Amino acid sequence: MSRCGAGVRSRADPALDTLVIQALNGLASASSLFLVASGLTVIFGVSRIVNFAHGSFYMLGAYLAWTLVSHGPLAGLGGFWGFWGGILLAALAIGLIGALAEMTILRRIYRAPELFQLLATFALVLVVQDLVLLFWGPDDKFGPRAPLLRGAVEILGLRFPRYELFLIAIGPVMLGLLWLLFHRTRFGILLRAATQDREMVAALGVDQRLLFTGVFFLGSALAGLGGALQLPREAVTIHMDMAIIVQVFVVVVVGGLGSLPGAFLAALLISELHAFGILAFPRITLVLVFLVMAVVLVLRPHGLLGREPEGAPPASEAGQPLPGPAPRWLRGLGWAALALLLALPPFLGEYPLILLADFAALVLFAASLHFIMGPGGMASFGHAAYFGAGAYAAALLARHLAAPMEAGLIAAPFFAGLVGLAFGWFCVRLSGVYSAMLTLAFAQIAWSLAFQWIEVTGGDNGILGVWPSEWARGRLAFWYLSLALCGLGVWLLRRAIHAPFGMALRAQRDSPLRAEAIGIDAFRIRWLAFALAAAAAGVAGSLFAYGKGSVFPSSLDIPRSVDALLMVLLGGVQTLSGPVLGAIAYAGLQEQLARLTDLWRLVLGLVILALVLFFPSGLAGALQRRRGA
Amino acid sequence: MTPVLQAQGLVKAWGGNRAVDGVSFELAPGEMLALIGPNGAGKSTCFNMLNGQLRPDAGTVRLGGRDITGWAPRAIWRQGVGRTFQVTATFGSLTVLDNVRMALLSHARRLLGLWQPAAGLMTREAEELLERVGMADQADRPCGILAYGDLKRLELAMALANRPRLLLMDEPTAGMAPAGRLALMSQTAAIARAAGIAVLFTEHDMDVVFNHADRVLVLDRGRLVAGGAPAAVRANPLVRQIYLGGMAD
Repeated sequence: MSRCGAGVRSRADPALDTLVIQALNGLASASSLFLVASGLTVIFGVSRIVNFAHGSFYMLGAYLAWTLVSHGPLAGLGGFWGFWGGILLAALAIGLIGALAEMTILRRIYRAPELFQLLATFALVLVVQDLVLLFWGPDDKFGPRAPLLRGAVEILGLRFPRYELFLIAIGPVMLGLLWLLFHRTRFGILLRAATQDREMVAALGVDQRLLFTGVFFLGSALAGLGGALQLPREAVTIHMDMAIIVQVFVVVVVGGLGSLPGAFLAALLISELHAFGILAFPRITLVLVFLVMAVVLVLRPHGLLGREPEGAPPASEAGQPLPGPAPRWLRGLGWAALALLLALPPFLGEYPLILLADFAALVLFAASLHFIMGPGGMASFGHAAYFGAGAYAAALLARHLAAPMEAGLIAAPFFAGLVGLAFGWFCVRLSGVYSAMLTLAFAQIAWSLAFQWIEVTGGDNGILGVWPSEWARGRLAFWYLSLALCGLGVWLLRRAIHAPFGMALRAQRDSPLRAEAIGIDAFRIRWLAFALAAAAAGVAGSLFAYGKGSVFPSSLDIPRSVDALLMVLLGGVQTLSGPVLGAIAYAGLQEQLARLTDLWRLVLGLVILALVLFFPSGLAGALQRRRGA
Repeated sequence: MTPVLQAQGLVKAWGGNRAVDGVSFELAPGEMLALIGPNGAGKSTCFNMLNGQLRPDAGTVRLGGRDITGWAPRAIWRQGVGRTFQVTATFGSLTVLDNVRMALLSHARRLLGLWQPAAGLMTREAEELLERVGMADQADRPCGILAYGDLKRLELAMALANRPRLLLMDEPTAGMAPAGRLALMSQTAAIARAAGIAVLFTEHDMDVVFNHADRVLVLDRGRLVAGGAPAAVRANPLVRQIYLGGMAD
């Protein structure tokens, strides 16, 4: 994880010293990871919010420290105070920013379903990304070396940087300080009490607001400190946020959400795994890390040292009846739209046709996620894995077997469905945040494979030349093909929702106890639904691939998964037309924004925030309410 | 005649505390057996070992002579055991009719159907069941808005969907007004007698117990301390002492 790959060889020697140095590198990384992870886990313990923006606070900490150390008034001081003063000041500033975010946004969504919370914090990620670009520009920043800690010491004849030794020490020191805070101060004891039972703490008359804001200050400051301390170690870049947050998620989930010692243990485990994994399996280090996470979660669903959360679970969206048949005007509107989609395209240019085909694929993608989220009540934060599986199935067939598009389109749902069966077997056992995290982990495994297995997947360069067969190569023909396949897919999913299977899916969501008592095997129903949704997403992915003529790892990365979530939530989880409306609205919005402004992430982030705060039941839900009123 | 249900030496301990400590009893076909006892006597623990929600530390549960100890609840259901819960558990987003339909579809092993709309399947059977519990007029209401007594009757209809030989009812009248309790139990008893279904129920309301049970078992601190016909149990001085003592604390 450390970019500078410490431990420069000064003499040829057997492997033992290399191993020792790798172990030390692992320890230094573990400390950095623990700093950030401790902040996230402390915040989760009290607020039950998994804060996606934690990585953004880490990145902001690094940028702010860079500015303070090299450009601010402190920089004039130079030397010891110029550097360390800047680091501490950056951490405090990030703490304040975190507290501010809590007071203005997160405070309003403590009772919202978990996915909404994840989304709201992801919106902050988008906003911060653009703000950082705006203030600091796209270029990497390089910080100065740390005063007093320049140079290296010699260990077993190898040179090892002093700063890394300092980092190794700071992890345990911080764990000790946090332990003191949590066991020896009134604030800390209240925090621990709130972690165990926040209703009780509220009933005892403790000002919850102050406690929550305080914990966000503390947690964010830790993230900021973690970021600032990277300054002498690696370049500050605009990709730091996503790089760290995924690792931190793994650490916190493996350690057990809310557990500080767990986070420390997991940070050690993951970092050493990484350090030695690079020696043994350089190709699959990332896969290795996520595999460990998956195994831990299956064996200990609440992490190494975690406990099942007590107190009231967050609100779920279950319990709403399926909307009845649409009123006649809406049906009419739907048929009219379909007629337009059939009749109009011959008169459209190339670009609108490309857009339309993209929209069709996204609609099916959204509908497939909706199938497990709405009727199934399961949360997936990694649905892109199956979209990507379909895309890669098509592309790999084209590249390695020169298979035609027809073969790819048939293979895609089977391949994606199999991946869904494999991943789903783990994911559908858990619920809530843990399930969401596990789906995320599996999607990252898929992404790592696509990214690291260069011989087969082409890595970051992707696979080019994935073109449709001759007859579908024209944009118009391809649009009709997309419309037919995606329309078919959406229609089949809708039928499944109304069929006994869909009813059983809703039944196990409404009452697992009753479902079991009338012989419904909820695990099997959820598992099959997961695979079915994966297969449908695979069709969407393959069409997307043929439409673009290429596939890249980005087709299964986190932002792609978030796209699907946003489309579903924008449309409304407990509606049937929701995913269709949501996909069109979201894709259209994104397209327009990207054309209008460079700051589309900023605007999109703000739109998501507005959506989560003001329209929690989505577009179709809002329409329904209006109709009902 | 083989008993419908046979519990033999059931034990369940939480930590060092034996919540159920060697409970054995039998239930004859068509019999209505009440399991009573003060709070904390181990009724629910005992009950949950019979329906598969808890695995006993020791002892066996037999259903019609077949050992079902440690089976999952859904497997026990497939053997012809219907259940109602202390706090009703129904599918809140489905209509009353669809709740019953769900149970019927599950019994017919037709849950994996992806094609035919469920709305057209087994409607007549579902309506008949609702008729039996007197809920036919509410078939199309979402069950999220039902009155509590009606939810209890819906649960009963769902429990009857697999043509059970045994009904397990945990506190069937809990949470209901006194007038409704007797009515519900009379209805249950009538249905069970007509179909020859054995019923095992736990109950707090002594009126319900002594009006409807054929036999009563008394549980105290994890052990069966008395059993027999309602009148005999009512007269038993030990039972009186347990209950009066139970009320004192």
